[in-house]
Amino acid sequence: MSRKSLSRRQFVAATALSSAALITAPYIRGAQAAGKLTIGFWDHWVPGANKASTDLVNEWAEKAKVEVTIDYIPSQGNKNLLTIAAEAQAKSGHDIFAMPTWWAHANSEQLEDVADIMGPIIAENGEVNGTAKYLGTLGNKWLGVPACVGSQIKGPCSRIDLMKKHAGIDVQAMYPAGSEPKADNWNLDTFLKAAEACHKGGVPFGIGLGETTDNVDTAGAIFLSYGAQLVDAKGNLTVKTDAVRQALEFYKKLISFLPPDVAAWDDASNNKWLVSGRGAMIMNPPSAWAVAKRDAPQVAEQCWTHGFPAGPKGRFAPYLPYFWSIWNFSKNKEAAKNLLIALSKPAAIEKMVTASGGYDLPAYEKLTTLKVWQEEGPPKGTLYHYPNPYKHQILSIAASPAPPKIAQQIYAQATLTKMCLRYHQGEAMEKTLAWAEGECEGFMRS
Amino acid sequence: MVDVAFQPNNVSATQPMRKRSSLQKALKRKSTAAFLMTLPLIILIALLVLYPAFYSIHLATLNKSMQRFVGLGNFEFLFKRDTFWLVVKQSCIFAVSAVVFKALIGFIVAHFVHNIPAKGQRKWRGMLLVPWVIPPAMSTLAWLWLFDPSYSAFNYTLSFFGIGPIPWTGDADWARFSVILVNVWYGAPFFMIMYLASLKSVPDQLYEAAAIDGANWWQRIWYITLPMMRNIIAITTLFSLIVTFANFDIVRILTAGGPLDHTHIFATWAFRIGIEGSDIPLGASVSLFMVPILAVAAIFILRDVNKRGNEA
Repeated sequence: MSRKSLSRRQFVAATALSSAALITAPYIRGAQAAGKLTIGFWDHWVPGANKASTDLVNEWAEKAKVEVTIDYIPSQGNKNLLTIAAEAQAKSGHDIFAMPTWWAHANSEQLEDVADIMGPIIAENGEVNGTAKYLGTLGNKWLGVPACVGSQIKGPCSRIDLMKKHAGIDVQAMYPAGSEPKADNWNLDTFLKAAEACHKGGVPFGIGLGETTDNVDTAGAIFLSYGAQLVDAKGNLTVKTDAVRQALEFYKKLISFLPPDVAAWDDASNNKWLVSGRGAMIMNPPSAWAVAKRDAPQVAEQCWTHGFPAGPKGRFAPYLPYFWSIWNFSKNKEAAKNLLIALSKPAAIEKMVTASGGYDLPAYEKLTTLKVWQEEGPPKGTLYHYPNPYKHQILSIAASPAPPKIAQQIYAQATLTKMCLRYHQGEAMEKTLAWAEGECEGFMRS
Repeated sequence: MVDVAFQPNNVSATQPMRKRSSLQKALKRKSTAAFLMTLPLIILIALLVLYPAFYSIHLATLNKSMQRFVGLGNFEFLFKRDTFWLVVKQSCIFAVSAVVFKALIGFIVAHFVHNIPAKGQRKWRGMLLVPWVIPPAMSTLAWLWLFDPSYSAFNYTLSFFGIGPIPWTGDADWARFSVILVNVWYGAPFFMIMYLASLKSVPDQLYEAAAIDGANWWQRIWYITLPMMRNIIAITTLFSLIVTFANFDIVRILTAGGPLDHTHIFATWAFRIGIEGSDIPLGASVSLFMVPILAVAAIFILRDVNKRGNEA
């Protein structure tokens, strides 16, 4: 076999030629030029809602030349919570994850600060509501960008006909579509009278007292309406106060007008209560109404979503936001931030809210009057007041304003609904308060 | 078991030859082959059982934010919590009563099935195993609908007799009864099939001899059946006790621990604290609490089984 030797001159010439070719060749940008990005989005229960997010992400990925993978992770069976816990332990997983309510704070040490992009987003979309700030910030650090997808207000969804017939309340007149609420008389006293009247009429309010979120959220808003906090913002125990006693007294009266089985209710129970036509009111986002539209249209036509009754300390409504957070182990943080900016543009938000049939709520003040809420029906305008367009309610979350890591324990352990049940079942007020104080002391461990 | 003869004088070959031959011998040994064949399973268990077990021990020694070693601090904290002792009490009530009823029902049904003529026995065995072969997450959902607070099928049926409505999952005592009932429904077929296998291995001659001696029905069970089934009863009880103590799905789906925490057991409370409350170290501590109790029970029961095995 002959072997041709390469001279030094030939080697130098070949090297120079190939270097020149490499330098002068046109730069072809591949599909992954700006790297890869993996996203764990919340799996929306509204059919087709995920597609809006996918389309927006793909549109951005096309322009940014980033290869994107999206996983839609359901909250059924707490699969999203399990995934968050697993990724936090493994310090590996998605770059962006949709964190529900407390989970941004619970993982604050492992999340990238997005304050640098929140400034421009707020400048464009308006101020963020107080609960989104409470759950999404730690000092000056933003733990995630408030996501419209999955964020919700769990306000009253009333039956127009039954409230008129049994309680003499015209909820449409109180919360007219297209104009400001005329709800000055809509307070906890009128609410209690209406609950009693509907109970007598055989269509009691469907407010649960179980340990799942719907039950806890309602209790949280009513407690805050009395100014009742178990732990204050500084982390002091404030269980044994008059405000807490008043809230418990109110709940004791209310429970006697609720269905007898509310202690066992979960998040599906109130939806079933409304769709079955057995109740005049539930506290829920428009998911129950949307199910009624499909399964019981005659019920859906009579549903009206509106504001919470006001208490002595104000009108509070439960608000549960999601956050798109970036793990600090993400390998493509810049691309992740760029994507979150793109998803927070008003047009993108409107597209996602419309795809959800008005269920999703942006946290920004300029985005509470989108067309979808004016047009959704039947009856037309049923969702008009759902996003709190006139800010006549204070958006809140149960167990706030306690420091979030303590509040999460109060919330997860359903301490509020347990207190109400204990007191209603005949336990002495001071014993109930002592029990709750003991629980809260335990939640303060660091 | 010794599967090759020990050969003390077989050491005269040269070093490489000896190495090769010993490797060949090792590979030819039944025990080596058995080990190699079980190796994938051993690796799987090490990865999916041992590693998580040791990792959870590690987690249980950390503080809430998982940044500091606190030794047994989490257990000290738990011992001061009333809810923890409520969970301990409930786990014991749940596991012990469920296992007792499963064993009792399994024993009775096994006797019934054993007495069915061989021709029709197979279909009865198959039908009775149905609750055990359906994934509990699915069958418990069906039970949830039967117990539904507002639309319970049981309450609907009972209403025809003027009974109820019964708060199956809304009252602490009824809720405890409901979760135990579903666990017994799910687990009794396992006892039945194990006891049936054991019954079939009892020699007929013993019963014939007892009949000649004039033993009645009870004496035959007490002096023949039960002693012959002792080992299987012990092992089945231990196995079921461990599985029932660690139950999660039935309670989680039916009551999620409510009302007022009165149906929480170790696993559901650990999930509530660790995953829903984001306090993973405390959740790990709760789930590990039962390990020493079950380990001691396992040692006693298995020691007894070994002793009886040696006597036999």
